[in-house]
Amino acid sequence: MNIARRRFDCLVIGAGGGGLRAALQLAQAEAHVAVVSKVFPTRSHTVAAQGGMNAALGNVLPDNWLWHMYDTVKGGDYLGDQDAIEYMCQAAPRLVIELEHYGVPFTRLPNGHIYQRKFGGQSQNFGGEQAARTCAAADRTGHAILHALYQQNIRARTHFFDEYYAVDLLRDQDGYVLGALVLEIETGELLIIEARTTLIATGGAGRIYRTGTNALINTGDGMAMALRTGIPLEDMEFIQFHPTGIAGFGMLITEGARGEGGYLVNADGERFMERYAPHAKDLASRDVVSRAIAIELREGRGCGPRKDHVLLKLDHLPADIIKNRLPGIRETAIRFAHVDPVEKPIPVAPSLHYMMGGIPTNRFGQVVVPERHGPEEPVPGLYAAGECACVSIHGANRLGGNSLLDIVVFGRAAGEHMVQYLSENPYHRPLDAESVDRVMQRLTRWDRKGEGESVDALGDELRRTMEEYCGVFRTQEVLDEGVHRIVAIGQRLSDVRLKDHSKVFNTARIEALELENLVDVALATVVSAAARTESRGAHSREDYPQRDDLKWLRHSLFYRAERRMDYKPVRMKPLTVDSFPPKQRVY
Amino acid sequence: MKFSIYRYNPQTDAKPYLRDYELDDDHGAVMLLDALLLLKVQDDSLSFRRSCREGVCGSDAMNINGRNGLACITPLHTLAEPVVLRPLPGMPVIRDLVVDLSQFYRQYREVKPWLVNHDPEPEIERLQTPEERAQLDGLYECILCACCSTACPSFWWNPDRFLGPAALLQSWRFLADSRDQATGQRLDDLEDPYRLFRCHTIMNCTDICPKGLNPSRAIGNIRQMLLKRSL
Repeated sequence: MNIARRRFDCLVIGAGGGGLRAALQLAQAEAHVAVVSKVFPTRSHTVAAQGGMNAALGNVLPDNWLWHMYDTVKGGDYLGDQDAIEYMCQAAPRLVIELEHYGVPFTRLPNGHIYQRKFGGQSQNFGGEQAARTCAAADRTGHAILHALYQQNIRARTHFFDEYYAVDLLRDQDGYVLGALVLEIETGELLIIEARTTLIATGGAGRIYRTGTNALINTGDGMAMALRTGIPLEDMEFIQFHPTGIAGFGMLITEGARGEGGYLVNADGERFMERYAPHAKDLASRDVVSRAIAIELREGRGCGPRKDHVLLKLDHLPADIIKNRLPGIRETAIRFAHVDPVEKPIPVAPSLHYMMGGIPTNRFGQVVVPERHGPEEPVPGLYAAGECACVSIHGANRLGGNSLLDIVVFGRAAGEHMVQYLSENPYHRPLDAESVDRVMQRLTRWDRKGEGESVDALGDELRRTMEEYCGVFRTQEVLDEGVHRIVAIGQRLSDVRLKDHSKVFNTARIEALELENLVDVALATVVSAAARTESRGAHSREDYPQRDDLKWLRHSLFYRAERRMDYKPVRMKPLTVDSFPPKQRVY
Repeated sequence: MKFSIYRYNPQTDAKPYLRDYELDDDHGAVMLLDALLLLKVQDDSLSFRRSCREGVCGSDAMNINGRNGLACITPLHTLAEPVVLRPLPGMPVIRDLVVDLSQFYRQYREVKPWLVNHDPEPEIERLQTPEERAQLDGLYECILCACCSTACPSFWWNPDRFLGPAALLQSWRFLADSRDQATGQRLDDLEDPYRLFRCHTIMNCTDICPKGLNPSRAIGNIRQMLLKRSL
């Protein structure tokens, strides 16, 4: 089969904040860079990020990057790699300033500096008073950053392949990643993009669950691509449930709502977080607040006829604060929950939000796997950044405001390292026909006609299964059943048939390819969760309620082949400062 | 609930047609996008764009009972039946409800939608008072859904020469930014009988914007700025 080919120095898959920040770094270094995205860049899920981006600027309250580092290590329940966390927290102030110079319309303080709000899990002085570290553009910070990064990229003449779907990575016998096979959605035509170096920046896979804060495009495409090329996924059992999604819908209500002074109440009108986190209260880490809400609901103190939500109270705040600093969530609350938070509390419940795990990388964005010489050998030519990657800075639980930071810091770091890789690898390696053929099979399989299960029905079953068998609270029995069921769903994939086999803008075919990715990522998640017999961060085991540092202070690695689990040590040693040793985690 | 949806697949259809669909009363859908997703389960060939499902990404703009809007934030109970869905008007149709937006994006790029500041980069942020920053409210929130431009008669008549409300709103977003220093250049680029001045203040753009923004006022502001400059 004759497939068109294009050659670039670098290929970036995904045009959210991580991909765009990397592309900008590459374009500025005069590399020839292609960005492939299944949606027009400003429709990427970064656009939905609300509250802001952490950086120890100290514009509102005293701050220090080392305090930010401590909070991040503690927030991640000590599973984060401390070298990468140090790098990120130290780089944060500089990179926020850089974004401001790119034109991001941050909210301002009376003295003209960037406004910073309080967010969960933030402290001054290593666990002391609440800090205000989250740089915000009202409650549309993700939108503001994504649009500014896209604008800078068109200025820098990055080459965009909008509405192209990446099918799989192309990897040769020696393990080098040489680009990807992509599908132009508009025409259905295939294209091989050859690149000396490739970055995966495809975001998370929130769509393995039924309801949540995630966009419909969050289907773990890059994570599954990595799995299929033999690369493991790291720490996939750690799934973040955001405490405040609109009840019944899942739309995000930013933690900034609590940062601005909002708080949660149960059916008795009690401010229950005081019981669970006497010091930080409503601004404890997300895993802590989500678990607290789940317990309230389970013990019958939920609100509404079905007792299935709690209330987020903002109506005691001045209307101006809500209108100026939280206009977006006000709009969303009015639209979906039919309440104006200026007047009435918003019904909320924990909603699936973020994946701490992903493609294992080091702090340069290089994808690293256990090989001959050690647990973290770079895969030549391959990088990953953003939610699809696991550096790991978020450990077992991400702090609010650290994901926009993550994509900017490690998007940039990956871009910079890719420039270096280009200078060390000046020529394209030959792309053999075999690696293309292997990838083609994935596509031709969907040309089979006839009767079979539908993509939607199997997908629906997958999402319900994950919700039921891999939720907030977990036990061995339930997780084992979950593994069993997801494996069975995976086996049924081969019986699924498309009805629509046309070429032009065939969204049914894209959804079928996405479903394959979802199944792989769901399996990684539930198998990793069943293996980890402790409770840490977002992974909450009722049968193993304690954190077990002796046995489990290590990263999980899930391989697709035979669903094998492997482990690697946590990098406890920071770059320049003293390590933060594991302590009991209280808020 | 009854729907009548514009269908066209260039591979198989000689010309577009409206196809009827129906959802059972207990469908449970709240927003139009939920209904479309259910209809796609019935008929997987029905094509439309969608992503965030909360009105922030701008993917699912379409013409709903004659009015442009976002399916994901249009409540079903506000719609008269049968709900007639067509692609955004005036744009080449790729398939069904999916239109080719390349021209819309080209016009966006044409206004150079990025901050220009020639001063040496300071160590800190470029300062901006809350009042200066407030000038950007109602501008930076644009989600590029194209509801406004594709509702604008001037845009239909001169799509190649008139920039359209969305691009002009972006132009004003940078003209209004106290940090931007390209005012002269930006105004020069707009001083032409078509690019800006084809706007006849019909105000469909402002009426239709699903985010409640006001491109019409932005265009008025640019005109005023040009007028002031010429005096």
